[in-house]
Amino acid sequence: MSAQRHRLADGGLIDRSRPYSFTFNSRALHGYAGDTLASALLANGVSVVGRSFKYHRRRGVFGAGSEEPNALVQLETGARTEPNMRATQVELYDRLTAASQNCWPSVEFDVNALTDVFSRFLPAGFYYKTFMWPRSWWMRYEQYIRDAGGMGISPRTPDPDHYAHRHAHCDVLVAGGGPAGLSAALAAARAGARVILATEDFAWGGSLLAERAAIDSRPALEWVRDTVAELAAHPDVTLLLRSSVFGYFDHNLIAIAQAVHPHSAHAPRQRLWKVRARQAVLATGAIERPLVFADNDLPGVMLASAARAYLNRYAVKPGERAAVFTNNDSAYATALDLHRAGVAVSAVMDPRAQVTGELPARARAAGIEVLAAHAVVRATGGRRVTGVQVAAMENGAIRGQPRELACDLLCVSGGWSPAVHLFSQSKGRLRYDERIAAFVPDVSVQAERSAGAARGSFALADCLAEGAQAGSAAAEAAGLRRAAVSVPGTTRISEAPLLPLWDIESGATRTAKRFVDLQNDVTARDIALAAREGYYSVEHLKRYTALGMGTDQGKTSNINGLAILAALIDAQIPEVGTTTFRPPYTPVTLGAIAGSEVGAHFDPVRETPMHEWHAQAGARFMNAGLWRRPMFYARPGESDLDATSREALAVRRGVGIVDVSTLGKIDVQGRDAALFLERVYVNRWRNLAMGKVRYGLMLREDGMIFDDGTTTRLGEQHFFMTTSTATAERAMSTLEYWLQVHWPELDVRLTSVTDQWAAVALAGPESRAVLSALTSADVSNAALPYMGYCEASVRGIPARIFRISFSGELAYEINVPADYGLALWDALLEAGRPCGITPYGTEAMTVLRIEKGHFTGMEMDGRTTPGDVGLGGLVAADKDCIGKRSLDRPALRAPVRRQLVGLVPNDRSTIIPRGAQLVTDPQRALPNPIIGHVTSTCHSPSLGHPIALALLERGRERYGETLFAMSPLTNSAVGVEATHHVFYDPKGERLRV
Amino acid sequence: MMLLPCPYCGPRDVTEFTYGGDDGTVRPGDPQAVSDARWVSYVYIRDNPRGPHDELWQHSAGCRRWIRVRRDTLTHQVLSSAPAAQPVQP
Amino acid sequence: MKYSIYSLVRNAFSYHENWPRAWRSPEPKSEYDVVIIGGGGHGLATAYYLAKNHGITNVAVLEKGYIGGGNTGRNTTIVRSNYYLDPNAHFYEHSLKLWEGLSADLNYNVMYSPRGVLNLAHSYADLDAYSRRGNAMRLNGIDAEFLTREEVARMVPLLDCSPHARYPIIGGLLQRRGGTARHDAVAWGYARGADARGVDIIQQCEVTGLRRNGNRIEGIDTTRGYVRAKKIGLAVSGHSGHVAGMAGVRLPIETHVLQALVSEPVKPILDTVVTSGAVHFYVSQSDKGELVLGGDLDMYNSYGQRSNLPPVEHAVQSLLALFPCFSRLRMLRTWGGVMDMSMDGSPIIGKTPLDNFYIDCGWCYGGFKATPASGWCFAHTIAHDQPHALNAAYTLDRYGLGRTIDERGGGPYPWVH
Repeated sequence: MSAQRHRLADGGLIDRSRPYSFTFNSRALHGYAGDTLASALLANGVSVVGRSFKYHRRRGVFGAGSEEPNALVQLETGARTEPNMRATQVELYDRLTAASQNCWPSVEFDVNALTDVFSRFLPAGFYYKTFMWPRSWWMRYEQYIRDAGGMGISPRTPDPDHYAHRHAHCDVLVAGGGPAGLSAALAAARAGARVILATEDFAWGGSLLAERAAIDSRPALEWVRDTVAELAAHPDVTLLLRSSVFGYFDHNLIAIAQAVHPHSAHAPRQRLWKVRARQAVLATGAIERPLVFADNDLPGVMLASAARAYLNRYAVKPGERAAVFTNNDSAYATALDLHRAGVAVSAVMDPRAQVTGELPARARAAGIEVLAAHAVVRATGGRRVTGVQVAAMENGAIRGQPRELACDLLCVSGGWSPAVHLFSQSKGRLRYDERIAAFVPDVSVQAERSAGAARGSFALADCLAEGAQAGSAAAEAAGLRRAAVSVPGTTRISEAPLLPLWDIESGATRTAKRFVDLQNDVTARDIALAAREGYYSVEHLKRYTALGMGTDQGKTSNINGLAILAALIDAQIPEVGTTTFRPPYTPVTLGAIAGSEVGAHFDPVRETPMHEWHAQAGARFMNAGLWRRPMFYARPGESDLDATSREALAVRRGVGIVDVSTLGKIDVQGRDAALFLERVYVNRWRNLAMGKVRYGLMLREDGMIFDDGTTTRLGEQHFFMTTSTATAERAMSTLEYWLQVHWPELDVRLTSVTDQWAAVALAGPESRAVLSALTSADVSNAALPYMGYCEASVRGIPARIFRISFSGELAYEINVPADYGLALWDALLEAGRPCGITPYGTEAMTVLRIEKGHFTGMEMDGRTTPGDVGLGGLVAADKDCIGKRSLDRPALRAPVRRQLVGLVPNDRSTIIPRGAQLVTDPQRALPNPIIGHVTSTCHSPSLGHPIALALLERGRERYGETLFAMSPLTNSAVGVEATHHVFYDPKGERLRV
Repeated sequence: MMLLPCPYCGPRDVTEFTYGGDDGTVRPGDPQAVSDARWVSYVYIRDNPRGPHDELWQHSAGCRRWIRVRRDTLTHQVLSSAPAAQPVQP
Repeated sequence: MKYSIYSLVRNAFSYHENWPRAWRSPEPKSEYDVVIIGGGGHGLATAYYLAKNHGITNVAVLEKGYIGGGNTGRNTTIVRSNYYLDPNAHFYEHSLKLWEGLSADLNYNVMYSPRGVLNLAHSYADLDAYSRRGNAMRLNGIDAEFLTREEVARMVPLLDCSPHARYPIIGGLLQRRGGTARHDAVAWGYARGADARGVDIIQQCEVTGLRRNGNRIEGIDTTRGYVRAKKIGLAVSGHSGHVAGMAGVRLPIETHVLQALVSEPVKPILDTVVTSGAVHFYVSQSDKGELVLGGDLDMYNSYGQRSNLPPVEHAVQSLLALFPCFSRLRMLRTWGGVMDMSMDGSPIIGKTPLDNFYIDCGWCYGGFKATPASGWCFAHTIAHDQPHALNAAYTLDRYGLGRTIDERGGGPYPWVH
């Protein structure tokens, strides 16, 4: 293999038998299975991986996991490209290709780095203070801001991968695959619990993967391997690698984003698990804090624990000559591991006056220089760190002049912050622990407990013990037996307390930047500016400076930021508090959130039993809610309007059929059925005779029309109700509500039968002839008059026949059990062929009903009363019903209300525009007072001119008046005459033949 | 994602239910007999507490029964539930 | 100090160490002419206009947390005036006109960006509703345009305008002057402006009680002491019932959670605010590069201000139905705000049954865009003890009179709004 000049000759958890080639910024590089992109880049000596968001400063790898703020890359190209990928979490694979983001023309030479030169003019919040003049230039300024903003580049083509959701239940969910998490899962599994164990990493072990620890006197990773093996053998344990537990929601619903690996074309790329856990154990570890000093963002500056991970897990030397800057003992392990790997360690700078812990002692013993009471004041270098300026520190202040130490790697550690995100999302309360200078879980609200570093216990012995305790306690709380807990042994290393050190200022650093949020380029000066200007609540600080708002969600910046703020405003850290932790813990792919409900599966499709016939017949479909309904069946060469007119005329002159299966149907039975109907409808029902149909109007409790339909008495205690298509579901829920909540004493049972019956309207002067050919029942006008009902066999199919008419012609609505729908349809077409029977769709149906002045949801817009549509008289005066009392309100009785009228264009030829608004004077200056609106409009083939329905103030007093239907959207103004809303056969004679 | 205890079906995801609003209002037995203010209060005014709240839900994707639930609107803790025809236990 | 490029450059040379406080943090006085309860956009705007339009400066704004920490800091930043019903159209249009000049007026860049608000039509019912609304807007002097499917595709090329979509796009209604604004900046800008005119902004001051005397409120118990006030205005959307209840005033309001989310920032990819009628959903791209999306209510009473999955899933599914190319981007943050859902979907700005107690509430989804006009009108109402012409219809008693203003026609069931 070509030079991986920083790869150690042996060691690490990489698989040297599987070498990979990959490309970064068009350079061919090499790595191994088990590498991340970050470790492979470091192995190849790549220091500059990207440019920062605002100042476009060079940035390198800083961490080793999801806390990474800097090393963001654009992964792959084309349809599978992904922006903002953390190189520290991308598992290397063969032929991977990636590129730096947010730089042009290249990461090595980025033109936008000029912003760093002019950075003094671009402090936090600078855009609030300027770009206001000239006013017309704002959009131009904004375009520049927008072009400078953003990080990676979004794909522009549909995602070729698919995603899935999975629902799961378990007794104990353990978040975190390190020593505490593995111990907890083991204890819970041994107690017989159903366990789900998840880690965001692609290997088990957590912090153990980066350390050289021993458990039970052997390498810790052997304990990990054995533990995982035992867990895997349990049938009730689910092990999830590459799975980020990202959200803790109500009632222990916990969400996990799993990357499915290896990925195949058949499997979903990612899976969103929605787990309802009886108990949760949060073993999510802790995140190391950086230290804040001048130019602490240079490539080659990284977290001490990250350096350990690169050395021990990936067998990579992150540099040749290292310095370590730490305020706590843990980073001394890094110094020791560097030394062991052959990296020269210039010195360890430690601000503590006394450095007494065991690890520092071992470091000294290995010949590493420890500079107590010293701090790094500034990192120096250009493309990469080349040295540090160190100075003595006393009582938190720099003393004396700094001196220079050479290094090309600076490992920093400011302490550790427990990863309390999930705990906080569960609404648990935090407290500030002075001992470790961090927030830890305090009071739980949901069924969870934290263990190990996640609750501030950093020693391995404590992680193992707490994990086991937590797992066992969780299993018991979930209802399982209490089992003995066995904790493996490990040596406890004595540790001295840390010295909180939030910011290192010195006179020399007035112009240099001390970064707090590396990704968003927020410096300590920005925080000072925010505090100075009064943005000193922690939320204001975040929003004003953008601290913690990058893709790393402030994992390495939030605590330092609020501590610096606290010092500036003379408050204690707990007083300042943290910003609210919100899901997701780390960003989750939108596709995974959506799951499989994308594309055609976005919503279910409802089709009638005759759907295939409509499709074969060339129908154009429309969506009516979830339903597919045919609009018309255009013949070759026919325009939409021609087809509609032809179908409508066929109904008026001959006979047509339309599929009305989508209408809501509710079966109402019981002793009190009629009484129930009287309470929910405005009119009377007890006097409806057997075999009769009646029109009904239902109101909301505020008096507005809710729905209408026909209801038929099928028996003494049996009614059949219809509702409009759009309202069916809500009507059913509403009726169930009234019955179950307010009138449980009524003996009524409701059943939704919308899907159980197919329905066809057979309409036109020839309809009786067609029906008679199919049934032996007597369907003469005498036997089955208008608004009558009978049951009959139609071509052998048991059918319900309702003599009702939406079209205004002689008509029958025939219901058959749904499975017979197509058979009925075919039978009608066959019997009607001699009369030229014409299938018609919703467009023709609309024309016919407008001609008859029937209102639908277009008119019943939720703001209309019965009186508005001319049905005030339908409201029975002598009984109550839902909504009736509300009709008494003054505004609902005002004469100025908009009332249903018809409109005819004065020129008898211009279509009245859809959605037109009515005015008296089209020339009047704006605002032109609107006195009404068009609700439905069409060309009427039967009348030979356009017509429309409208709601018009004082409509019923204005017949004959000329108004103007204004449609500025289509540049039209049509003079119209207001008329009665029934245009065709106003006496209804054609209905009753 | 809340878990609501349907008295008939047991604890189910909130996505199986439709919300029915505050359960505090009683429909006047004789609407014509009450004052306008009383009627308007029934239709429009709601108890909207920041804490335990009596409310109605329908298990629309399950048994279709309406149920009464007492739930804390701040913490989302469900305190009790009962079939609609019965009052919620205090 | 005036904000401008000159002051920015000048201050750059003194390392920005001389910028003054944007607003003071005074101790509350024992009495004020007007106390506004609620330091969100509406409360701060009201205080600003009380001072600016009416010369009333002995005013305090009491905020229980930090200013702008409620819904002002949690919305999806959309600004528009594309309403159908007359009272709403005139009110929101006045607001939009104030937005257009707001940065200059406040000398604080609120980054009002008229990048267009596009309502997508997926059905003939949508077309009808949009035509009605667009025509009414035009007759009311508000800009509106109808776009065909081809024009929509040209304007927003990444939209799936194919006929194979589950709900194919068939057109759209566009308001070019609609767009977005920087929500935090609005609160801060009004705060700075009000403070400069003498208004006391008191943060970390929670109201714990309202002391009634007959038909008046005498004073306010707070966590920072007792404050007397001649007039009191309430602007605490989400908690209106909670605080109004302290004075025995009951409201036609339910508090519901509305969630929103952002994606990680990416380079500019979406220039327009896009909303869909098929599902209640809206998306825009912030100046920082994040996609900002919102959808429906969680649909039950809640003061929880937190996330739950179902509405987030629906919002993301809606986004991907319209923009299948965004599937590989990542969700970065989700959050929730608490909405005052009124019983007709329209706000209440006006007097209460108490003589000196005024209320601004019931904003449902629409509070952010209303911020300037609500402050304008609420200030007028308080100053004159009478509503302004623009909020004359938004009375508390309109429900009893039957004069509801119901854009969606859903009635007193907030989960329909």
